[in-house]
Amino acid sequence: MMPELGKYAITVLGSYVATVGLLAGLVALSLWKGAKVKQALARQEERMRKNG
Amino acid sequence: MIALLLRDLRLAVRAGGGFGLGLAFFLIVVTLVPFGVGPEGGVLARIASGVLWLGALLACLLSLDRIFALDYEDGTLDLLVTAPIPLEGAVSMKAAAHWITTGLPLVLAAPVFGVLLHLPAPAYLWLVLSLLLGTPALSVLGTFGAALTVGLKRGGLLLSLLVLPLYVPTLIFGAELVRRGAAGMEVRVPLLMLAGITAATIALVPFASAAAIRVNLRQA
Amino acid sequence: MSIWEYANPVKFMKTSSLVLPWATGLAAACLLGGLIWGFFLTPDADNFGSTVKVIYVHVPAAMMAINIWGMMLVTSLIWLIRRHHVSALAAKAAAPIGMVMTLIALITGAIWGQPMWGTWWEWDPRLTSFLILFLFYLGYMALWEAIDNPDTAADLTGVLCLVGSVFALLSRYAVLFWNQGLHQGATLSMDSAQHISDVYWFPLLLCIAGFILFFVALVLLRTRTEIRLRRLKALEQRERMA
Repeated sequence: MMPELGKYAITVLGSYVATVGLLAGLVALSLWKGAKVKQALARQEERMRKNG
Repeated sequence: MIALLLRDLRLAVRAGGGFGLGLAFFLIVVTLVPFGVGPEGGVLARIASGVLWLGALLACLLSLDRIFALDYEDGTLDLLVTAPIPLEGAVSMKAAAHWITTGLPLVLAAPVFGVLLHLPAPAYLWLVLSLLLGTPALSVLGTFGAALTVGLKRGGLLLSLLVLPLYVPTLIFGAELVRRGAAGMEVRVPLLMLAGITAATIALVPFASAAAIRVNLRQA
Repeated sequence: MSIWEYANPVKFMKTSSLVLPWATGLAAACLLGGLIWGFFLTPDADNFGSTVKVIYVHVPAAMMAINIWGMMLVTSLIWLIRRHHVSALAAKAAAPIGMVMTLIALITGAIWGQPMWGTWWEWDPRLTSFLILFLFYLGYMALWEAIDNPDTAADLTGVLCLVGSVFALLSRYAVLFWNQGLHQGATLSMDSAQHISDVYWFPLLLCIAGFILFFVALVLLRTRTEIRLRRLKALEQRERMA
């Protein structure tokens, strides 16, 4: 059920792909950094609790 | 404040390069342009005003990081912050010294370089006028950029990234004024806008620069 | 109960962890709904053919690019005036999103301009203004990265954001004066004569809602990361001092 895009198929699909790609990249980067920082913070808090 | 201005001027002259380097850089830009675009007079005449404006802008940018760097290192800046004159005034004087050592020579030299680029005869007056009105804004905005990056070890590249977007309105109206003036068109709008931007910049931006310096010194 | 309660990081973390899943879910629903509606179920326009579908990503991204800078301006002001750390961190978290939105608006515009205007790039006022906005985002982010001390960085970027806002606006009008453009008039004009037809209007609204919610979710996520990072740095420092 792909719509008929005619001669502009590349234009339309290209825009969507570029948008989704950039947004997905940004989200992935944010999630990755979020997870990394969360883990590091947990480790640090754990260590400080042990050492008093 | 006058004493501060004189001190900065004297330092610039003694250190050498204050007047000379900016001008030499300007000359090199003007010399390189024909190599890039070809030597035909017609092409050069058309782009001359834009090239001269860009050259002035880059030459101005070149010397920005020195505005506060030395004073920051030897502690003069700390004294200025605690001095009885308002820091905003001191910052304005710094900008004035920078303009006299780089902006003013460029304004005076621009007609000479205009000859090299086949600048059309009616454009000379407008070129000098637009540079005279526009370059003070470049110096004041430059002090703002220098104030933001004064505490950084290698702030030079960052400084250009921060300052150049701020130069856009001045560049647009300045170059437009020359273009219209040369073509004998109505020049009132770009002339007034250019003067207005410069006046507002001189009046308001020193407050931002002074705030940035206070923040940077608080940390140390 | 006042909005300033959220200046407290603990309170902010608690509330944002509740809001985040909802914002994410709603954003996904609106974006999927709007894009699918727009992509599959709208007719081609007479004058643009199927390229009209680009509007569903281009217009919301362009709107967000401008509005995110506005949000950064407000949060920077709150930081400078009331010294709420969460506010400064929110501005920091928002900047990369704004930059990506600007990039999306520029790229989709270029892809669309190629068949429609016959050129990838034109020095048109709107395009040029967005390029300048992109530069402002870059400078802002670079300044955050360059300064070690977090409070100094927050102060200086805040001042830069203020001055930058004025000059971004000035550039907008300077550019308008400098070159009359090719670009279409405002898509979202309330003037009904200029207004695009409802067939495109409703999915577009849904997409805009989706982009806004997407931004809210992502900025919450990134602000939470920044708060954790700040806490991590503080703890490390305390450990070193002890």
